[in-house]
Amino acid sequence: MLTGNLLWVLIGAILLGVAAGLNGTFAFLQKQSLVGDAAAHAALPGIALAYLVFQQKDLPLLMLGAAITSALAVYMIQWIVGNSKLKADAAIGFVLSVFFGIGIVLITIVNQSGSGNQSGLNDFIFGKAATMAKSDLVWLSSSALLIILMCLLFFKEWKLMIFDPVFAKGIGLPVERLRVLLTALTVLTIVTGIQAVGVILMAAMLIIPAAAARFWSNHLGIILVTSALFGALSGALGTIISSFRTGLSTGPIIVLCAASLFLISYFFAPTRGFISKSLKKKTFKQRNVAKEATNHE
Amino acid sequence: MNEFWVLLTGSLVGITCGLTGVFLILRKTAMIADAISHTVLFGIVVAFMITQSLSGFWMLLGAAIAGLLTTFLVQVLQSGGLQEDAAIGVVFTSLFALGVLFITLFAGNVHLDVEHVLMGEIAFVPWDTWDILGFSMPKAVWMLLFVLLLNVLFLVFFYKEIKLSTFDPVFALSIGLPILAMHYSYMTLVSLTTVAAFDSVGAVLVVAMLIGPAATAYLMSKSVSGMIIWSMTFGVTAAITGYYLAKLWNTSIAGMMAAMIGALFMIVFLFKPHDGWTWKLFKRMKLKDTNVHV
Repeated sequence: MLTGNLLWVLIGAILLGVAAGLNGTFAFLQKQSLVGDAAAHAALPGIALAYLVFQQKDLPLLMLGAAITSALAVYMIQWIVGNSKLKADAAIGFVLSVFFGIGIVLITIVNQSGSGNQSGLNDFIFGKAATMAKSDLVWLSSSALLIILMCLLFFKEWKLMIFDPVFAKGIGLPVERLRVLLTALTVLTIVTGIQAVGVILMAAMLIIPAAAARFWSNHLGIILVTSALFGALSGALGTIISSFRTGLSTGPIIVLCAASLFLISYFFAPTRGFISKSLKKKTFKQRNVAKEATNHE
Repeated sequence: MNEFWVLLTGSLVGITCGLTGVFLILRKTAMIADAISHTVLFGIVVAFMITQSLSGFWMLLGAAIAGLLTTFLVQVLQSGGLQEDAAIGVVFTSLFALGVLFITLFAGNVHLDVEHVLMGEIAFVPWDTWDILGFSMPKAVWMLLFVLLLNVLFLVFFYKEIKLSTFDPVFALSIGLPILAMHYSYMTLVSLTTVAAFDSVGAVLVVAMLIGPAATAYLMSKSVSGMIIWSMTFGVTAAITGYYLAKLWNTSIAGMMAAMIGALFMIVFLFKPHDGWTWKLFKRMKLKDTNVHV
């Protein structure tokens, strides 16, 4: 059953999950999770523009277009927050919806231009991992491998930059350039994943595994490994489940697998999980009640 | 006549969302509105699965419940130790994915496809009419008027209270205002607005309409009432110009309206006297010049 294309899809989904899990953790710790959401939505106009300019559906070209508009969106959010009294949430929401609206305008134009009608650009909205061509999957896998490699390479520098930017600057790290690199890598992760899971749910791949992993540990190394593991697991499970039935988009299933892992972590993780927290609260209260009772005697 | 109804619907979306959006920006909850606009899909699908009908009332109810659920879940995760942006991201992507899954599983053959939900089809608004009290108007117009009325009533009765709980929640709490109840009822209004608007213009334009005009108005005005008026003006302007540009270039009306919201914002952001980006740049250059000469 695990033959041919499905095997490739599985490998691609796992690698994508690991890449998004690693990169998402850094974004999560910088409190930039929703910027990833905006960047993912902003990939849509880039895809349509690339198609309008080159008139072909080669994945690398479309990915290039997506990367340019995503990066532009991230830059615009920073520009608006830096140059006006608007807060980050308003800037993110504004950029996200306007870029996506422009994307829909462009895609409608592509769809009406005749030749583009069957271009399948609509697939980018929800993803179609299960039916991706092998050449596209090779692109996806190599790009995901590059992201994983970069995350391992810059682990120490980013760790310092996130937790103590002043000290990092003090010992001579190029903090600004490291930050730009991290943003660029986030954009690359999104661009890599959009064909498989779609622009709307790509953000989930960045946010959910990282948020779930945070419940398990306070050490960055362990969080990264857990997050990568959760990403890989939801990628694999999602691909397998959606292959059972035709007509199921892969993106939503992958996201729901990740959401289940999140729920498990939220309730059952040791020390930070909901159950262990409420148990601790209960014993704490009981001990205090007992103490007070003895004091009064 | 059809053109009139489409323009009226667009303008009503602009007015209603513009009005609601003001407090979203002021309360720094813009991204919760984005989340609600995605999870409304989930509410509508569940309402459809239970009642097997697509009547406006059940849709409004389902959407309102989904909006409350979103607000509630975000709050629960936040108090469970997760930072706000991640909490929002987790909740809305999960519920949205669930909604998409339910649609493909249980409602694939009805008029509830996901693309319609995302992009809307404002051009079809005039054909879906309701007769109420002898008036025959498009369903979207009725629903928008109803929600606009609710929004106006809420502001008329609780204007002072919502203002206070927005700008000084601690003081509001200390004089006995139920700020949590205010938060939830306001978020219910946001989800009602979302569902009334998105049936005609799609989820994405709703977010653009809720956040964009109000954000632009925030740059224009320093008082809440001024902001409300600017916000509604920008909303209507974007709707009307967007419609005609979309007609001109034969493309998505909702998408073009969102693009116009972006254009209006950029004009104000770049060129507003005294605060605009170019204005500031110009001032900085002048300052540098004088310094050099001194």
